[in-house]
Amino acid sequence: MLEIKNLHVEVEGKKILDGLSLTVKAGEVAAIMGPNGSGKSTLSYVVAGREDYEVTAGEILLEGENILEMDASERAARGLFLAFQYPVEIPGVGTMTFLKSALNAQRKSRGEPELQTPELMKRVREAAKRLEISQDMLKRALNVGFSGGEKKRMEILQMALLEPKLAIMDETDSGLDIDALRIVAQGVNTLRAKERAFLVITHYQRLLNYIKPDTVHVMAAGRIVKTGGPELALELEKNGYRDYVSEAA
Amino acid sequence: MPAVRETVETVRSIDVDAYKYGFVTDIESDKAPKGLREDTVRFISAKKNEPAWLTEWRLDAYRRWLTMREPTWARVDYPPIAYQELYYYSAPKSTEGPRSLAEVDPELLRTYEKLGIPLREQEVLAGVQNARVAVDAVFDSVSVVTTFKEELAKAGVIFCPISEAVQNHPELVPKYLGSVVPVTDNFYATLNSAVFSDGSFVYIPPGVRCPMELSTYFRINEQNTGQFERTLIIADKGSYVSYLEGCTAPKRDENQLHAAVVELIALEDAEIKYSTVQNWYPGDAEGRGGIYNFVTKRGDCREARAKISWTQVETGSAITWKYPSCILRGDESRGEFYSIAISNGRQQVDSGTKMIHLGKNTTSRIISKGIAAGRSENTYRGQVSAHRRASGARNFTNCDSLLIGDRCGAHTVPYIEARNHSAVFEHEATTSKISEDQLFYCMQRGLSGEEATALIVNGFVRDVLQQLPMEFAVEAQKLIAVSLEGSVG
Ligand SMILES: Nc1ncnc2c1ncn2[C@@H]1O[C@H](COP(=O)(O)OP(=O)(O)O)[C@@H](O)[C@H]1O
Ligand SMILES: [Mg+2]
Repeated sequence: MLEIKNLHVEVEGKKILDGLSLTVKAGEVAAIMGPNGSGKSTLSYVVAGREDYEVTAGEILLEGENILEMDASERAARGLFLAFQYPVEIPGVGTMTFLKSALNAQRKSRGEPELQTPELMKRVREAAKRLEISQDMLKRALNVGFSGGEKKRMEILQMALLEPKLAIMDETDSGLDIDALRIVAQGVNTLRAKERAFLVITHYQRLLNYIKPDTVHVMAAGRIVKTGGPELALELEKNGYRDYVSEAA
Repeated sequence: MPAVRETVETVRSIDVDAYKYGFVTDIESDKAPKGLREDTVRFISAKKNEPAWLTEWRLDAYRRWLTMREPTWARVDYPPIAYQELYYYSAPKSTEGPRSLAEVDPELLRTYEKLGIPLREQEVLAGVQNARVAVDAVFDSVSVVTTFKEELAKAGVIFCPISEAVQNHPELVPKYLGSVVPVTDNFYATLNSAVFSDGSFVYIPPGVRCPMELSTYFRINEQNTGQFERTLIIADKGSYVSYLEGCTAPKRDENQLHAAVVELIALEDAEIKYSTVQNWYPGDAEGRGGIYNFVTKRGDCREARAKISWTQVETGSAITWKYPSCILRGDESRGEFYSIAISNGRQQVDSGTKMIHLGKNTTSRIISKGIAAGRSENTYRGQVSAHRRASGARNFTNCDSLLIGDRCGAHTVPYIEARNHSAVFEHEATTSKISEDQLFYCMQRGLSGEEATALIVNGFVRDVLQQLPMEFAVEAQKLIAVSLEGSVG
């Protein structure tokens, strides 16, 4: 599904990703864990196609195709979704309007017919119910005045609606209380499917109790320094990142 | 100016009909020759068979215009206009209009397509020769218009070309024409007074709520209003009217200079809501050929508790010079101004409003959203003033500018003047750029850069869009997206 080969990335002349390689297969849930500042968000941005990040070497393949030349919207239309660590507020744009524009923009670029409002409303309402998002929230401007937890749930709602092939979740667990965490994890688990892959970025092991990963990668100083099974997460919880950080430096 | 006086004398010495006749045979057609002289003004007036008072009124304007100079205080820059090189009545179309859509700027045609405008209507908008035939076919709405007129007549509402009102309503036109925008108001308004072509006239009788929105759309069959449009709307005591002007499709016009005047009069407890979508041709990528739009719009809340509200969506023209204003004369009267002004390419916009508080406890509200993209310049210019006796006057102004890219400019020029200590004027202003975070977030969800920009801008202008009548708002939203094309990346 996703193959990253020897990725080097700089921002304003500063090297942030330093020869990162990573493979995520269809149906797989992969976790990336790493200390703050190790480049996790940068990785998610670069995969999603944010400008201002200069890829100085390496490749990113989505379903075997190099996506580096595509802009963010083209990548989205190919089934790439990023749940943001810090979801962005869009003042004056109603949540429903936003969802409709996004879904139909993707459908249009895939040559699919637009989804009509009643069908869209139905889908959104169903997803909202599962994620315990109130109807009132759907009427407000996107993310404006939402609490941290509400914003994160809204990211999952968008993910459910857009049905991506590869979903990257950047610290979706941060700032969530235990109930919200359970709701979000459930939202993710219902989306698990054999043709869909997840890349779950987190700082803490806690989330992985709810979303069971197939693979765990440890990231430090801009590259993957160790790969293992779910047990690796438990080990990190016990010993922290110290060993990996000094090793990478 | 002996030459001018001589012309005046000559013209006066001959009988108007003979003069007119001679004039017409002279140029073998139904148009005045190039340039503006006293006889041009007489010709226009005679053509329209106007009463003597109006001919004099126009001539007075013309004479005053000769002594005036073009204002230079606005932040707009354009080569000098050669007023004597222009046509002031029925400019010849046979040589200047494109002969078919194939000759029209392809950029313009693409825009029409995006707005979903049918082919035959496109011809009309693009000013293709002989497209009038198409107008009748496209707006094959004779029955609609008839029903519409019957409805209005039943309510006692007068809605007709102002040239018709001059003939049929001598009790109204002389009383109100020029009573809000005096003949000598400003260079362009004075020019308009001398040579105005046509426009709308509306009168709503006391206590009547106009049964439908009045739209210039319904007038299109009747008269080509030309470049010097003149509109006069009177809402008598306790009446209400909502008037829609313009059209979202970019309109081409061979006349580069447009100088319209709109006067609104609201009497006691009356309310006028005036909505505009202005989308004149902005010119090509270099800004060539775009319309110069110098408009004077003013409303007079003449009596107590009158209310006038201006809502405008300005996306077109190479140059926009426009300040729809309210004179709050009646006690407790209210003025509102809601504006979206979008500039892209090489467009220059200098627009805003004046709220003149004269009566007691008068209130006003200004919400202005300026969006500048490309290499455009976008200025908000507003004046709020309170007269000495305007105790309890209140104004709230919110003026936000949004910049797209870094080659454009947004400017805010507010003038505030309170001569009464109890006046309370609040002013908020912000200038921001569309953030990379917002753009990336939207694009990550599948919107193209342009779609993302349009969505964010639509959010930015939402407070104003909400003021527009429903169908107009939907169209305006589409228009905003189209106007911003090419502004990203
Ligand atoms: N736009 C940027 N400009 C400059 N430095 C940046 C930028 N984005 C990230 N960085 C730096 O890159 C490093 C990695 O950041 P980030 O990817 O956010 O890490 P993580 O998500 O793992 O905490 C940090 O040192 C951060 O300061
Ligand atoms: Mg991060």
